[in-house]
Amino acid sequence: MDAYIIGVDMIKFGRFPEKSVPQLGSEAALLALDDCGLAVQDMQALYCGNLNQASGMVGQRILQQIGQTGIPVVNVSNACATGATAFREAWASVKAELYDVVLAVGVEQMGRGLLGGGGGRGISKEGLLGSGTMPSVFAEAGLEHTRQYGTTFEQFAKVSVKNHHHSTMNPKAMYQIETPLETVMNSEMISYPNTKLMCSVNVDGAAAAVIASEQKTRELGLISRAVKVRASVLTSDPWQERDLVMPDVNTCTRKAASAAYEMAGLGPEDIDLVELHDCFATAEILHYENLGLCNDGDAGRIIDEGEVELGGRVPVNVSGGLLSKGHPLGATGIANIYEVSTHLRGEAGSRQVEGAKIGLTHVIGLGSACGIHVLEGAAA
Amino acid sequence: MSDKALPVVEYLKLPEEGEPYLEGHQCSLCGAVFVGSRTHCSRCGGRDCMKATRLSNNGKLYSYSIVHRSFPGIDVPYVSAIVDLDGGGTVKGNLVDVEPDPNGIEFDMPVEVFFGDALGRRDSDGNSYIAFFFRPVSESH
Ligand SMILES: [Zn+2]
Repeated sequence: MDAYIIGVDMIKFGRFPEKSVPQLGSEAALLALDDCGLAVQDMQALYCGNLNQASGMVGQRILQQIGQTGIPVVNVSNACATGATAFREAWASVKAELYDVVLAVGVEQMGRGLLGGGGGRGISKEGLLGSGTMPSVFAEAGLEHTRQYGTTFEQFAKVSVKNHHHSTMNPKAMYQIETPLETVMNSEMISYPNTKLMCSVNVDGAAAAVIASEQKTRELGLISRAVKVRASVLTSDPWQERDLVMPDVNTCTRKAASAAYEMAGLGPEDIDLVELHDCFATAEILHYENLGLCNDGDAGRIIDEGEVELGGRVPVNVSGGLLSKGHPLGATGIANIYEVSTHLRGEAGSRQVEGAKIGLTHVIGLGSACGIHVLEGAAA
Repeated sequence: MSDKALPVVEYLKLPEEGEPYLEGHQCSLCGAVFVGSRTHCSRCGGRDCMKATRLSNNGKLYSYSIVHRSFPGIDVPYVSAIVDLDGGGTVKGNLVDVEPDPNGIEFDMPVEVFFGDALGRRDSDGNSYIAFFFRPVSESH
């Protein structure tokens, strides 16, 4: 029995210090319910992803805002794969026929500033034993690609130019501003080769999806706008020799991608659009190859030749990506499912990927977790 | 407060006699080398199979970043380097005695580990620490 997304939405990402985490999650939950015309009373379970209040029963507090129906609530935390993991747990419960209609929510409220590098006993190791900040960790992962294939600072920067351009067409993105190449390359250097405009934006955000069995979807008369979940895959990091100092975002993505293509019964050549984890511009380059969108060593060429832009062979991050739409950690994995679903429904407005039938979403949580979903629009 | 400087990480060893060194553990079943201490092997799943090993003070630069913005009080720019040590083990540390400029840094350049005071940093009890750093070595050595 297939599972379908019947309702999905996100709030506009931004900074909302006056709101609570459950309030933000509730807004997204209600939007997703409205998208399919159902009520909280119709939901049989809630899977809630949140990172910064992982011990705070966020799912229950969302129901305390919008309807305490006594359904099972599972709170999920899995670094930046949190939202995708919550969605996957919801999907699995429908596939297992425990329930036939469930809700998944991802929500996060972020501080500002650098992520990573803190903590530990004794004295701070930051700037003493190298750097543990996220911009540096992903700079080092990017320069690993440079050592292998000669990828340039300019090629990494072009990712940010592209994603910022895409976000000018997305009213739900944090920013709608063009950033030409010189602007990206000349913005403040954070950790070479990542400048400030090549780092994802810390924002508050929430996204939600209603998932139903095929039978329930048909009974509700919602099949024509429904999005089929063709594959849902989660991996952790296999052993790698440099693990302890260099989190490996590549192997867990490759493992997840091959499993997802196999589950969906298709290949990367069948994918019409991709929302992938561009937490830093350097990361996006790696994932073109990790997801099989091009051959190993060709990532620099495909950004140069525009293959991953809107209108290109396989548009990547037409939402603006984490770089410009924003990256509210626990919400990101469901927000990218919203983006791909919106294209598969033909409802993405000026940024619509024409004729999109199949799309892929990808997130990485350092530590590590990789979540991939392959989605297909209704046959209509 | 200790009357002697403390090691900045558990795997930096300060023997009573002789020079400081970095310690790894090697799996006696599959040969994997890990930095620091452990009991079991996460590569092959072997149990109680780890033997302490002294890591080399020589290695090659695998990857790096040049840090221009960090937390308050930390001097920038500096080079955060990932170094593959000869014989196994990969460690991260500051690469010193180089310009913080990609034009002067080459992948696979030979570097050596050296030990010294942890940039004057002290913990809340006033203890000082010994850290490790990397510096380039010329090929002829
Ligand atoms: Zn082993």
